[in-house]
Amino acid sequence: MIYDHDVLVIGAGLAGMRAALEAARNGADVAVVSKVHPLRSHSGAAEGGINAALDPGDSWEIHAYDTIKGSDYLADQDAVEIMCREAPGDIIEMEHMGVTFFRNAEGKLGTRAFGGASKARTYFVADITGQALLNALYDTLLKAGVKVYEEWFATAIYAPDGCARGVVAIDMLAGELNMLRSRAVIVAAGGSGRVYEPSTNALICTGDGHALAYRIGAPLMDMEMVQYHPTTLKGTGFLMTEGARGEGAYLLNAEGERFMKAYAPNMMELASRDVVSRAETNEIAAGRGADGCVFLDMRHLGPEVIHKKLPQIHEIALNFLGLDMLDHPIPVRPGMHYIMGGIKTDAEGATPIPGLYAAGECACVSVHGGNRLGANSLLDTLVFGRRSGAHAANYVKTAAPTAAGEDFLGSEQRRVRELLDRPYAGQTYARLRLELATKMDERVGVYRDEAGLNDALATIRDLERRYQTLSVQDKGRVYNQALTFALEVGYMLDCAEATVVSALERTESRGAHARTDFSQRDDANWLKHVLITRRPSEEPAISYQPVTITQWPPKERTY
Amino acid sequence: MNVKFVIGRYATDREVAGELGPPFPLPYADKPRKTYQTFDLDLPDEAMVLDGLIHIREYEDESLCVRCSCRCAICGSCAMWINGHAKLACTTKLRDVVQDGSVQIEAPPSVGAVRDLVWDQKQFWDKMRSVKPWLEGKQPVPRNEEYRVPNEAMDELVQEISCISCGACLLDCESFAVNPDFVGPHALARAYRYAADPRDAITDQRLKEYSEPNGVWDCTHCFECVQVCPKGVAPLDQILKIRRMAVDAGYTHNAGTRHADAFAESVRESGRLNELTLMPKSVGLFNLVGQLQSLPSAFNLLRAGKLPPIIHHKVPNWQRIKNIFKRIGGRFAR
Repeated sequence: MIYDHDVLVIGAGLAGMRAALEAARNGADVAVVSKVHPLRSHSGAAEGGINAALDPGDSWEIHAYDTIKGSDYLADQDAVEIMCREAPGDIIEMEHMGVTFFRNAEGKLGTRAFGGASKARTYFVADITGQALLNALYDTLLKAGVKVYEEWFATAIYAPDGCARGVVAIDMLAGELNMLRSRAVIVAAGGSGRVYEPSTNALICTGDGHALAYRIGAPLMDMEMVQYHPTTLKGTGFLMTEGARGEGAYLLNAEGERFMKAYAPNMMELASRDVVSRAETNEIAAGRGADGCVFLDMRHLGPEVIHKKLPQIHEIALNFLGLDMLDHPIPVRPGMHYIMGGIKTDAEGATPIPGLYAAGECACVSVHGGNRLGANSLLDTLVFGRRSGAHAANYVKTAAPTAAGEDFLGSEQRRVRELLDRPYAGQTYARLRLELATKMDERVGVYRDEAGLNDALATIRDLERRYQTLSVQDKGRVYNQALTFALEVGYMLDCAEATVVSALERTESRGAHARTDFSQRDDANWLKHVLITRRPSEEPAISYQPVTITQWPPKERTY
Repeated sequence: MNVKFVIGRYATDREVAGELGPPFPLPYADKPRKTYQTFDLDLPDEAMVLDGLIHIREYEDESLCVRCSCRCAICGSCAMWINGHAKLACTTKLRDVVQDGSVQIEAPPSVGAVRDLVWDQKQFWDKMRSVKPWLEGKQPVPRNEEYRVPNEAMDELVQEISCISCGACLLDCESFAVNPDFVGPHALARAYRYAADPRDAITDQRLKEYSEPNGVWDCTHCFECVQVCPKGVAPLDQILKIRRMAVDAGYTHNAGTRHADAFAESVRESGRLNELTLMPKSVGLFNLVGQLQSLPSAFNLLRAGKLPPIIHHKVPNWQRIKNIFKRIGGRFAR
């Protein structure tokens, strides 16, 4: 089947839904394509909160400075300025949509402290802020009557003339490929956490958006910048929100010391995430860890704070470790959490490919640079989701209409058929992914060096070769997950390659990218972004773009 | 821990009808539509049901279909029937559900199966949409600032906002089982969240709509939804709150309110329930069509020897019960 819309959004998390809503408000016929129901999106897992300088004692400049310092001066300061200036408006708008933000005694929005922030500017709903935002935004989308193709899996972006003109997607329930034609495509498909094992990310975070855009020639930027969250649960790797430390939790090593005093004497546990994750890794390496973990101690917070403000992580620690944080410190370790890099966009969400936009975790504006501050990602999704939706709706007013597309749909159908028909040759999606993801965690984690990165790259090249013989055991058509997982492994290999190649390129340490063989930040040579562009049957091309500095020249970064 | 996973597997209707072309070498592709397949697994003692399912899907049989994503009760994808009750596979510990070394897992029979453990969610989302689950903000919307409301009012809603829309409550709802048009616990809990939001402008209209047939009064208080909810939302509590709000707002011209009034009146005036008058009073004494419609049920009761006594006796000291009503006050005290 062929369907037509003005604007198509891939992904129905916060960025995607916000983009769709704004495009609809600007008069575009917009539809959302999502491989899961919108309420299953991983935005819902964001726990701690969302930043904005709303309070009279705060200002967007301080928020911007904190963000830029947190990014280790890799963020583009013009983009950060836009995000921080517009943040209060977006929070207020979400409140008007019905988000039940925590209130202070006057009935106004109240805040909690968060990592890397010099003021308490994080607005929250208990420790389910993402879920509260996701529900309110979805409800508003229902009210606006925006079409959502639920459980449709995107296999490719249609770009016949170098412009994005639609998406081919598998309708999972019907088991059929369809062509969705449009004049603009907004990629808002979220992160790529499954490239790592373990990761705080859900099983659906497979870098689909990164890869779909990369494959039609959109450059990826800052892909070496992968955030390890300091507090992920022992074993399963589930997220223990930074809000816990915001509420006053301690990090202890096995000797019971608040070890952060040696690494960040001023901010202690609330230093930025890259700093805390490195500190934990150092403690564990020095033998002051316990079974590869340190401890998150919340016992002194008391039942009132834990039940009212941190109920979800209380429940997760109980469920998965059998530990009650009221009585026990919780073992945690740094775990892969977020990718700062993504599809390069300008502040309107536009990529260098006409008609192609990106927003949210899969995009790189860049507002997070080398390290994202906690509670800035929800903000990023709303601000740049909104901006890309508005800009795309405007773009389609003058863009030439899209015709044809049957040939492209046919070629995608053949590609999928070929994958389904391929005989078993010993490769399964699960084994390939696990091999990739454990290697990435081992070699491309908190600390990196050239030998390790080359080893990871060799593994990726080997897996790419074996991927060509990957077969799918499920030959059914309806809800064939083995097929979509196999396609996802292809997306993940693209993301992993971009990350490792970019990490080899950047011969310095900045933000989350800590090279043991180049341990210093090198502003003279590396105050620039690494961009990676795919070339057909060649090694990907690397290029650079200088960091935009407006009013905060780089200086030494201490917490 | 060795566990036998007994999994209900479905061929789709189109597969059964042979509509999908080339043969499907799936273990269940032949009729009958549903078959049970077993897998013997050795899993860690701490494993969740979902760990086993993912293991099967990844290493034993790629064709097993399971919706799941976050693995920690946040995304709401993996509600399914585990030993005949709706549960989230991701937070159900195997050791809590294994009986005689095995556990049975299937799509809940109250809704259709798309394939295997993937159930048809269309009705579920349609029901949610039917309650207008969005804020109709009070006018004028404050300019450049938030609505001023007390934190207690927000806290009151957080119980529902913890809802992850997994659907477990609807899947095991007894009223839904006999009346597919019942809006259901999930949608009504969501309805309460907006009806009770101090920022909402159409609370009155909501209460009127939620009081209509298939709405709040169709719940039979079986408590299944409270029991199966993995997030403590307690949908029944939210339904009861809507009922109270609706009665207070004067939406009493419905079978549900009449039933509650007749029930209370009978107990207040005689100390026990007069079942003979309860039904006619609930239907409405002047509602002749409704009265006639309830006749077949009455005959069935008569035939089964279950008709309540014609002469209703008061309990001894019934006045003391009436005094209790007086002491409590409110609508039922008179």
